[in-house]
Amino acid sequence: MWFYEKKLQYPVKVTECNPRLAKYLIEQYGGADGELSAALRYLNQRYTIPDKVIGLLTDIGTEEFAHLEMIATMIYKLTKDATPEQMKEAGLGAHYANHDHALYYQNAAGSPWTATYIAAKGDPIADLYEDIAAEEKARATYQWIINMSDDPCLNDSLKFLREREVIHSQRFREAVEILKFEKDRKQFF
Amino acid sequence: MKQGQSHDQERYSLMEKIQMVDFALVDLTLYLDTHPEDTQAVQQFNQLAVESRDLKTVFEQKYGPLRQYGGSFSGYPWNWSDAPWPWQL
Repeated sequence: MWFYEKKLQYPVKVTECNPRLAKYLIEQYGGADGELSAALRYLNQRYTIPDKVIGLLTDIGTEEFAHLEMIATMIYKLTKDATPEQMKEAGLGAHYANHDHALYYQNAAGSPWTATYIAAKGDPIADLYEDIAAEEKARATYQWIINMSDDPCLNDSLKFLREREVIHSQRFREAVEILKFEKDRKQFF
Repeated sequence: MKQGQSHDQERYSLMEKIQMVDFALVDLTLYLDTHPEDTQAVQQFNQLAVESRDLKTVFEQKYGPLRQYGGSFSGYPWNWSDAPWPWQL
């Protein structure tokens, strides 16, 4: 089971109301390589992966929910004081018409989240390579958003999240090596 | 007003200490998942686990429970569901 802790993994501060930036950040909320996809991808793969890497998938999958909450906090803080006019100007008019200021699992272009964003092949190496690729794509997305953001407070939190993608990718690469080693050892003896 | 601000400041800095220690614990967890035989890392993990618990106990006495489902004690009346929630701070 899971426990909630009443804290963010890393502080999230924003300088000012900025719905335009929020629109881009939605990519990491409900986009293909976003935090929701990441959490669901890893936690779902756990059941059919060798025991040696179940712990890693559980722990990274759980951390992704903490990242999802950070992204939600960013979007909430950037839009909570925006007028309908400001939402419209930021390209969130269609979002406002359907959701007011509510958050929704969709990508930056407004397509709703879909399970087709995640893969589960049942083959450990295929699944782990999928995970490594997902981390690298998420890292790149954070970089593109940082490149467009002029909010130094927000960028501090985004850089934290970008670095976590690097660590996760590294740990998944190590998991691949662990499985390869296990396989070779079994063949040898 | 001024008193409220310094109260907030204290809350933020205590929370930041917790976030730092807990971050180290998250990162060590992932590291140990792929390096289970690193003695020093296990030692560091256990040391930080104690530090995290102690810091949270201090925080909770002032600002209310952090951990759900019995991870923290409740005040009276029930104060787990009191605002502020993390995104409201």
